[in-house]
Amino acid sequence: MTTFLGMPAPRGVGHLRGDESFPAAAKKALGNDQLRRNLNHATTTIRGKSGRVIAELPDWEQLRLAGSAIKADTMARLPELIEELESRVTAAGGVVHWAADANEANTIVTDLVRATGSPRVIKIKSMATQEIGLNEALEEAGIQPVETDLAELIVQLGKDQPSHILVPAIHRNRTEIRDIFLREMPGVDPALTDDPPVLAAAARRYLRETFLSTSVAVSGANFGIAETGTLAVVESEGNGRMCLTLPDTLITVMGIEKVLPTWRDLEVFLQLLPRSSTGERMNPYTSMWTGVVPGDGPQNFHLVLLDNGRTKVLADEVGRQALHCIRCSACLNVCPVYERTGGHAYGSVYPGPIGAILSPQLTGVEDNASLPYASSLCGACFDACPVRIDIPAILVHLRNQAPHPRSERVAMAAAAYTMDHPRLYEAAQHAAKLSRYAGKRLPPPLSGWTASRDLPEPPAETFRDWWEDR
Amino acid sequence: MRIALFVTCLADTMFPQAAKATVLLLERLGHEVVFPPGQTCCGQMHINTGYQQQALPLIQRHVKTFQPYDVVVAPSGSCVGSVRHQHAMVASAAGDERLALRATAVAERTYELSELLIDVLKIEDVGAYFPHRVTYHPTCHSLRVLRVGDKPLRLLRNVRGIDLVELPAAEQCCGFGGTFALKNADTSTAMLADKMGHVLETGASVCTAGDASCLMHIGGGLSRLESGVRTLHLAEILAATS
Ligand code: SF4
Repeated sequence: MTTFLGMPAPRGVGHLRGDESFPAAAKKALGNDQLRRNLNHATTTIRGKSGRVIAELPDWEQLRLAGSAIKADTMARLPELIEELESRVTAAGGVVHWAADANEANTIVTDLVRATGSPRVIKIKSMATQEIGLNEALEEAGIQPVETDLAELIVQLGKDQPSHILVPAIHRNRTEIRDIFLREMPGVDPALTDDPPVLAAAARRYLRETFLSTSVAVSGANFGIAETGTLAVVESEGNGRMCLTLPDTLITVMGIEKVLPTWRDLEVFLQLLPRSSTGERMNPYTSMWTGVVPGDGPQNFHLVLLDNGRTKVLADEVGRQALHCIRCSACLNVCPVYERTGGHAYGSVYPGPIGAILSPQLTGVEDNASLPYASSLCGACFDACPVRIDIPAILVHLRNQAPHPRSERVAMAAAAYTMDHPRLYEAAQHAAKLSRYAGKRLPPPLSGWTASRDLPEPPAETFRDWWEDR
Repeated sequence: MRIALFVTCLADTMFPQAAKATVLLLERLGHEVVFPPGQTCCGQMHINTGYQQQALPLIQRHVKTFQPYDVVVAPSGSCVGSVRHQHAMVASAAGDERLALRATAVAERTYELSELLIDVLKIEDVGAYFPHRVTYHPTCHSLRVLRVGDKPLRLLRNVRGIDLVELPAAEQCCGFGGTFALKNADTSTAMLADKMGHVLETGASVCTAGDASCLMHIGGGLSRLESGVRTLHLAEILAATS
């Protein structure tokens, strides 16, 4: 079926939908003690680091407001901005392609790689290409994609799924990583230990050879500047810089919401992003490129602009804020739900609070109906978000659109009716008093409560009884 | 001052002692408390579970009931949060701008207990006496929706005889989250286990908070563990005298 703009991301391709509901997947993850220890350690460390460098900036709140305002302005005139980006990139010697959905984007990229004759591509860590399942599409076409971000490489070699936006292998410890390398990394030293510098050196050796022998790279983009046609990637390892500079051909897949109006806007985001994501004042590598420069860097540059449900999200006045996301992962690191369930439970490449609002909007809420409920609405994500996305409000908004179980609908309608009729409400209060459920294990859905918590003894009189008798 | 009590359906039905304590405390401080009849529920459960349409009549009822009063208090950060941040939003989303305006006006006059005491009545020492070791859990909606900050702690620090101990990782959610506790019972329970661990670490005999709902959850877990630690609403401690 053809995808038109304004339609959800298609089924059957990419990684936006899980196989099971969030509660079912979470239950399994909660049983994994090692996972919970890894997650607790990693998120606690990163929270501390990030909190310290944010506290250094006296104008952090103003920066957040500026980031939020620039994104709101961008979304309000997205069509004109992406066209401006297209014309600047084209003028600078790049070629721009438009992809309505994951299938179109995968076909465009696969055809471009095929045309170069390269049997292999090197890849920079990118959420957009994960979202569309580009690696699977390339493999199907006989092209080998090699992830060059260390953590992403671990996930790829382990035939695994990423579980964190920034630290995709957060669920793995170093012994597991050594085992994966021993099993899957071509030419690895069989005496490999699980010492982190040794593991890093092994990856470095493997990746250097790959960098030098591959002529096509695929990247995502953190920002695309409409005014100048410049693309930007921020990263920590420098492997991205290798991919962006060494090959002959560079193909960048960018979600349309990543556009920024002007060069000056970067000033705000290059302060917000590293401090919220890795807890660094500045990320080690910021690479920017504008089209093609003869004799310097890739001589063929293609930009694939990806919709895949984004226009549909843009049409929702409340939900569109989810498109402001700069993928810093701060919301994951402060989320008490994510910290306990890990990323896989969300069934999408976008886990944690941002995943709970973005995935259901990209796919249509019926395809991810349990995700808007994967939150206690504690609000920690909103406070952490560098662009002030009101995640709890969007969760509540999406819950109102989600399909509800019939029994729940009936119970909720009855409760609302009772609450709107004080006489009935008082009768219900007295019925509760007589039911003597205290200390008992109750049937579903209340069994979820009584499995781990006692219900309080109903009081001898309600407040309003007491008030009337005073 | 004449203060209207929004008791909240949970305190009314399950935790009347928290509501009674609110009344007795305010009366002790020389204020007149009235209980507007016809009040039931703020509709938060419906809104947060995805039933805004069903919540609409409850919002209408709430606004109509409390409109005549200059000051409204509720012993719940969460319900005040709903009144302040959700009522107008739900009314607007339903296209009822008139209701949204009226809801905003009521919300501006509605306070959670610690806000009322400190911001409106300008009192930090309410003359309470409570000779026990107590730890305070700042509930998420008090903290991040209402931004009450350290107001409850300032009130508690002035209580005579109290041994107030800091709760480790206090700002982490206890895992209640309304219907979250049922829909995601396993995750909710894992969050509760950590919260209870921290409460027990303090050696407190009482865990207090400004929300009966979170206390029902934490207290239910502590009771199941037979830990001997009680939960009490902030109002109950502030109302206690020698
Ligand atoms: S929603 Fe905000 S906090 Fe979460 S990843 Fe996006 S920008 Fe970061």
